[in-house]
Formats: sequence, C-alpha cells, structure tokens
Amino acid sequence: MQARSTGAIAVALGIVAVGLVVGYETTQISLSPAYSKVGPKAFPTMVSVGLVILGLALLWQAWSGKWTAEEEDDAQPTDWRALGWLGFGLVFNVALIGILGFILASTVLFASVARAFGSQRPVRDLGIAFVFSAVCYLGFVKVLGINMGAGVLERLF
Amino acid sequence: MDTLGQLAQGFGVALTPMNILWSFVGVVLGTAIGVLPGLGPALTIALLLPLTYKVDATGVFILFAGIYYGAMYGGSTTSILLNTPGESATIITALEGNKMARRGRGGAALATAAIGSFVAGTIGTLGLTFLAPIVVDFALKFGPAEYFSLMILAFVTVSAVLGNSAIRGLAALFFGIWLGLIGVDLQTGQARFTFGILELLDGVNVIIVAVGLFAVGETLYLAARHRYGQDEILPVKDSLWMTREDWSRSWKAWLRGSLIGFPIGAMPAGGAEVPTFLSYFIEKKLSKKPEEFGHGAIEGVAGPEAANNASAAGVLVPMLTLGLPTSATAAIMLSAFQSYGINPGPQLLMTQGNLVWGLIASLYIGNVMLLVLNLPLVGLWVKILAIPAPLLYGGILVFATIGTYGISQSPIDLILLYLIGGIGFLMRKYDFPTAPVIIGMILGPLAEQEFRRAMTIAQGDVTVLFTRPLSLTLLILAALAVLSPYIYRWWMRARS
Repeated sequence: MQARSTGAIAVALGIVAVGLVVGYETTQISLSPAYSKVGPKAFPTMVSVGLVILGLALLWQAWSGKWTAEEEDDAQPTDWRALGWLGFGLVFNVALIGILGFILASTVLFASVARAFGSQRPVRDLGIAFVFSAVCYLGFVKVLGINMGAGVLERLF
Repeated sequence: MDTLGQLAQGFGVALTPMNILWSFVGVVLGTAIGVLPGLGPALTIALLLPLTYKVDATGVFILFAGIYYGAMYGGSTTSILLNTPGESATIITALEGNKMARRGRGGAALATAAIGSFVAGTIGTLGLTFLAPIVVDFALKFGPAEYFSLMILAFVTVSAVLGNSAIRGLAALFFGIWLGLIGVDLQTGQARFTFGILELLDGVNVIIVAVGLFAVGETLYLAARHRYGQDEILPVKDSLWMTREDWSRSWKAWLRGSLIGFPIGAMPAGGAEVPTFLSYFIEKKLSKKPEEFGHGAIEGVAGPEAANNASAAGVLVPMLTLGLPTSATAAIMLSAFQSYGINPGPQLLMTQGNLVWGLIASLYIGNVMLLVLNLPLVGLWVKILAIPAPLLYGGILVFATIGTYGISQSPIDLILLYLIGGIGFLMRKYDFPTAPVIIGMILGPLAEQEFRRAMTIAQGDVTVLFTRPLSLTLLILAALAVLSPYIYRWWMRARS
C-alpha cells in the first residue's frame, strides 16, 4: 500500500464541502409556484449530489492510498518563497490598482513574478516592467479603447 | 445551394482585405502563442473576447480560427527544439522530433511537421466543408431530449474518458457546471448562488475562469515547481529541405494521420491527444525502420503532427453544426457566439451562412499563410523562445490583469480571478484536468435549458430521455464510454 497523501485527502474533503455548500445554497433559491415540475433547483441539486458523491469517492481513494497524485517528483518540493513573491504581487495588484492605477500596480506585479521565477535583477525587472505596463496601457486604453480606470500616472496621458 | 457554391461565397467573404488582415493577425498571433510555453489558444481567445463588443462577428471568428490553427503549428516548433511541448496535443511530436533535432536533423523535423500540418489542415478543412451540411441535416431532427442526451455524451467523454481519472475529470466538470449556474436563472429570473454579491448576478465571466485557470493557476504551478527555463533550445543546423527519403517516409504518414485525426476530432468526444497517440503507434507498427523509433524517426513526427491538425479541424464540426464544444478553445469560441446573440446549433449554417462559410474559407487561406510563416520564417519564432521565463510570466500576469480588470474595473473580478487561479493551481498539483471546467461552464447552462425544455414538452416525464430511440442510443453510448474500461478489466480477470 502506498502512503496516504494528506493533501489529497484535504482536496477530496474540499470537493465534498463545495458540494454541500451548493446543496445548502440550492435550498435557499426561492421558488415561484408557476414552475412546479423542473424549476431552477433541479440542475443545482444534481450538481450538488454529484460533487458530494465524487468527493467521497476521491476521499476513499486518497484514504486507501490509491490516489496520492503528487506526480513523480518528491525531489522538488513546493517552493514557498516563489509562491510568496507571486502572492505578494497579486495581493499588491488587487489592493492598489484602484488607488495607484494600472501602470504602477502592474509594474510591481510584473517585478514580483519575475522574482518568483528566480530573477536576481530587481532594478532591471522594475524598469522592464514599467515600460511594458506603460506600453500595454497606451495600447489597450488609447488604441483599443478598453477602460482600465484612472491612477497616479494615468492622469498624465 | 450546393456546398461548393456556398464555399465560393465564403471565399468572397474571407478574401476581403479586412478579413485577410484578421486572418493574418490570427495566424501570426496563434503561432507566437503556440511557440511560447505557458500560453495556449484557449487563454488567448479568452483574453480577446472583449473584441466581440467592437468588431463584427465574421472578423472576430476569422481571427479566432487563425489563432486556433496557428497554435497547432507553433506548438510543434517548441516540441521539436525545446522538448517542452507548447500544447498538450504536441507531446507526441516531442518524442521523435526532439531526438531528430538532437541528431542535427531539426530542419527536416520542422519541415515535415509544417508541411504535414498543412496537408492535414487542408484535408481536415475539406472534411469540415463537406461533413458540416450532412451533420446539420441530421441534427435538424433533434428535439430537446436528443440534445440533452448528446450533451451528456459530450460531458462524459471530455471529462471521464480523456485524462487519467474519470472521477477527477467528472469532479472538474461538475465544478464547471456549477460556475455556469451562478447568476440569474434566465427562465424564472431567480438569483442562484450569488452569495449576496451584486457582481455575481450576471454570472461568472468565462474570461475570468479561463484566465484564472490557464494563466494564474499555471504560473503559480510553474513557480512552485521550478518548471521553467531548464531546457536548452536546440539550434537548427541542417537545411529545411527534406531529402527524397524524408518525403517518401513522410507523405503516407501525413495522409494516415489526417485520416485518423479528423474523424476522432469530429466525434462529440473530441480531443487531439488520442489521435496523436494512435497515429504514433500505427506509424511505429507500419514503419520499415521501426528501430529508429525512439531515436528520431521522421514518421513519428509526420503522422502525429498531421493527426493533431486534422483533429483541430474536426473539432469545428460539432462546434459549428451542433453548438457542441469538445475542447476548452471551442467552448470559449462558443461563448463568443453567445456574446453576439447568435445561437450556435443546426440553424447556424442557414441563418449565419456568410459567417460560417467565410470562417471555413478563411481556414484554407490561413493554412497557406501558416505554411509560409512556419517554414521560411521559423528562425523568427525560435527567437521568441529565447524570452527568459521571469519576464515571460511577468508579462502573462499583466495581460491577465488587463483581461479581467478591463471588463468592469471591479476589484471583485480580480479577487475572483485569483481565487480561481488558486483552484487551478491545486487542480494542476493534484492532477485534475482543467478543460472540463470550461466546457461544463459553457455547456452546462445550455444542457439545463434543453433538459427543462424536454421536461416541459413531456410534462415532467423523465422517461422521455429513454423512450425516444435516438436519445436512448446517445445515453447508452455515454454509459458505455464511462463503464467500458471497468467492464473490460472485469472481463479480462474473469477469463484468466
């Protein structure tokens, strides 16, 4: 028997939980009496039942060690530093895009992603990121007319 | 009007300067994203969906079709020179193609891949041209019950049959269907699964889900795994001209690959991986030099590449005739139809004849452009491969931000994007397929609609699905697709 993977068990439980949430939310859909036969609840009910059953099946597979899923390489454990940099970039972006504007928020996002992918030249990355973001802004907003919101630098254009 | 007449009319549409330009932009962009690891046609088309608000439908679909075909060509270049398949359908190409490049025969490998793609793409487009009207005639007999059963068959095959685990595939599919159900129910006006968030009343945008899974999720996965930038790019030392022996070993493989790829792609199951595997094993069996397989046999590049491109044309058959997408890319193209208020289905060929035939004609034109772009200009694409991973993925995430924040300038959309990105990361890590999420999300609500229609006609009698012969046949096929591996295993065990 193979070793159990706690991660796989957690994922299976997560799927069961999503199924239960879907089921609970389905009961909250108010029903108009005109639709008695197949209303807006029928499909959500099927989805909920399906997710719970599939989640339980995966739970059984994970528990009995048939599904460890972590692919081949234990030689390369998850790189939490890289994920940390990526997470920082994403959170910074969502938190400050409304205040600083697209160009500055994207510059920081780009540079953090580059860092996450092992780049050791933050100054060069920030420079490239700034030029790239500004060109994107001009291209998408001024040429294609997509609204990217206002910001500190955006007002200058 | 006969098929050829309609095709001629389609060429009239596709050959206008504006549409030639769209096709050109499409194939160039498609080749570029096909070459780049980490970017695929589904993600690119999703990012370009906002164009549907500004450009006419014909132009947009010619652009999307160019991207779709171009990505198939570009993917093979990466597989051959980098051994990192750009697309899942070109994994097989890497087997022999990369070995050929290592032996200094990269030029011949690129040539047989590009010419084979052209031959197969043209054969596949011919198949599409003549098969589409036939399928439409047949599909006009379908009622809601048959449609629902057909969708069940497609659901089952794309999630349970392809991929490593039927259970994980189905879980991905159900998750996608649930995402598709979020928002106001069109028939009753009831809000479903909105959790009190106003932004969710309109439903979850497919752009956010596709970008979340394919851009954010993929980037997180690669960063966490250090799966980037380790492979060297092999230089092309030999000429791109194939020798007489190369030609004689390639042309039969191209034809066989096309004949395998197109029908499999055109089935409601779809998928380009299966035909490439099949073609590889058939070529290995038939080859006069089977000992070369594993060390760079040219048939092992020619056949699977042809199968890959022919199946790409095949996938367009159920998409354009039945409104049935069998790949993530096709599902996103279907949502573009919806954004124009066009109902994809058997009526499409009649109501939007110019659009569909213009699209098909543009595929012939695009194939010629792709052959030119990918053979003499291959050096240009190799340069794209040299972009360092940190900058490439930084750029991809900035594009992801533009694609989502540009929809409504709402931070909720970005938060949703990252949530789905996180889910995409877990799905990659725990080996769940992601395409069923997109297909379930687009096709799920359509299936629900057909189901409720069928139930209204049958006055709530579910047995209608089993008493109509065509519907029953489709459901039996779906059941067989799921159960046959188990039955087969049980039968083998019982025999021994």
